[in-house]
Amino acid sequence: MFAFIISRILQALPVMLTVALISFAMFAYVGDPVAIMLGQDFTEAQRQALVKDLGLDQPFWVQFATFLGNAVQGEFGLSYRLSRPVADLIAERAPATLELALTAAILALLIGVPLGVYTGLYRNSWLSRFFLTFSLVGVSLPTFLIGILLILVFAVWLGVLPSFGRGDTVKLGWWSTGFLTWTGIKALVLPSITLGLFQLTLIMRLVRAEMLEVLRADYIKFARARGLPNRAVHFGHALKNTLVPVITIVGLQLGAIIAFAIVTETVFQWPGMGLLFIQSVNQADIPVMAAYLLLISALFVTINLIVDLLYYAVDPRLRIGRGQGAH
Amino acid sequence: MAATLRRFFDSDLWWSFTRSPITMLSAVVALICILGALFAPWLAPHNPFDLASLNLLDAFKPPSWTEEGERAYLLGTDDQGRDVLSAIMYGARVSLLVGLSATLFATTLGVTLGLLAGYLGGKLDALLMRICDVQLTFPSILVALLIDGVVRAALPRDVHDKIALFVVIFAIGISEWPKFARTVRGSTMVERNKEYVQAARVIGVSPPRIMLSHVLPNVMGPVLVIATLNLGLAILSEATLSFLGVGVPATQPSLGTLIRIGNDFLFSGEWWITIFPGIALIAMVLSVNLLGDWLRDALNPKLR
Repeated sequence: MFAFIISRILQALPVMLTVALISFAMFAYVGDPVAIMLGQDFTEAQRQALVKDLGLDQPFWVQFATFLGNAVQGEFGLSYRLSRPVADLIAERAPATLELALTAAILALLIGVPLGVYTGLYRNSWLSRFFLTFSLVGVSLPTFLIGILLILVFAVWLGVLPSFGRGDTVKLGWWSTGFLTWTGIKALVLPSITLGLFQLTLIMRLVRAEMLEVLRADYIKFARARGLPNRAVHFGHALKNTLVPVITIVGLQLGAIIAFAIVTETVFQWPGMGLLFIQSVNQADIPVMAAYLLLISALFVTINLIVDLLYYAVDPRLRIGRGQGAH
Repeated sequence: MAATLRRFFDSDLWWSFTRSPITMLSAVVALICILGALFAPWLAPHNPFDLASLNLLDAFKPPSWTEEGERAYLLGTDDQGRDVLSAIMYGARVSLLVGLSATLFATTLGVTLGLLAGYLGGKLDALLMRICDVQLTFPSILVALLIDGVVRAALPRDVHDKIALFVVIFAIGISEWPKFARTVRGSTMVERNKEYVQAARVIGVSPPRIMLSHVLPNVMGPVLVIATLNLGLAILSEATLSFLGVGVPATQPSLGTLIRIGNDFLFSGEWWITIFPGIALIAMVLSVNLLGDWLRDALNPKLR
């Protein structure tokens, strides 16, 4: 187990280093920070002093090492656009994105799994067909169009839900939450549906496919032969065994939710990290872009590591058969 | 020519096509989209880029079937008096162009690297597959967004505006090559050990020639399916990037750009500016996806 974890972490390291190198290259070669910081009037001596001060006269690898050291401590310098520390900006925006992603994921699970079970068990009922058609539409609709349609219906025509922003938030230490106020919860409804709909249809289709597969298995026939009630067979035996791949996919999809949060946040002007990133891309605000790039990569690498470890914990074949070419 | 046609109409593919009404419907919709986009300059009722014909007095006209609508503008006009239907047809052109080019780029790159990795094996294979693994853990839209963002930051603005279309094609293509590479590598490894390849090797055919004219034709089946499904995805990626304002330049608006522009007028009640390009986008992507689904099932002998 220990060796497995170590080898996975060793595999993740080059990925992170590559991403860090790309981020750093953006810093080093795009734009001229010295010119930006000096402004209009400066003497050559001032310029030299600043270059020395920023460590820009050092060799490339020394600069890269300094950059890495700072990044590990969460130091990314100042945003060109807002002239504030990037770390502060991200810390301010992170709660909004995380709350949105969490709500969307829970929504997708709570609705997707029961729908998947239903369509798997009663595959020929008209309701199942309706759900399946609906899921096909859900997969084909781009996220931003779902958002626009929801805004048009619920905010413009019916006027019942807000279409932008987070509503009122409550500060809990440095974390600002929208869960505790009525306007905050109302503001969360449309964005989380927009963000969660794709995951919902994905989970539903996955659970359905797994249910159909599992229901054909011998142990289900055996359970039926033993005279167990339908409920015990369906939920105790079948559903339990479909959940392993579902957990993996949901874990991996967590990353996709964060990625698509960029789109959802843009549609709803949700003050999260995704909106910050898009604004930075538009304005070539490199420190923020670099920080976001590193942060999101670290997140993805961590999620993958956890999913791998879960696999290892759940699937006994991985523990005995490793390296012997069983598959 | 006639013989080829007869062979086509006798084939399983055509037979399964005529048996599926949904597939035929999506083929018709896809054809309408493609023809409408291709022949936009001749079919469109107005030219949205001809500034001389624009009249601000015509701005914000609702669709023609509503009370205030005008017959000249079937789907209404936008904030600058441009005909929405014509803008959609010209926009679909850009969307299709980017989608097709990006898919072609991803296919070429993925198939080449997959062939090399599968046929040559060894360190190259290990390295390429490792890159695939890493890239597949990131959603493709995020990869495209990051590449687009980095290039955008690296180039001066006026240079970037000129090549923005190529940047988007490049970004989307790069974000989708691993799917092709993986599939091709898998089937290449199977084909490599078959007798015809060994025979070719024995009589001294050079490796590049074996790869191109012996292995390649036998691994293209699945590639065709992935490419079709990928076309829908690429069109969506482009629309998403353009909607976020980091896609194609504003001088060549795609469907995504039109939706973004229209989005600003949603609250003042001018819903048609954004909804009709949206419907066009959905029709295009959905029909291509359904065709891809059908192709996958029709080419899979296990499902017959």
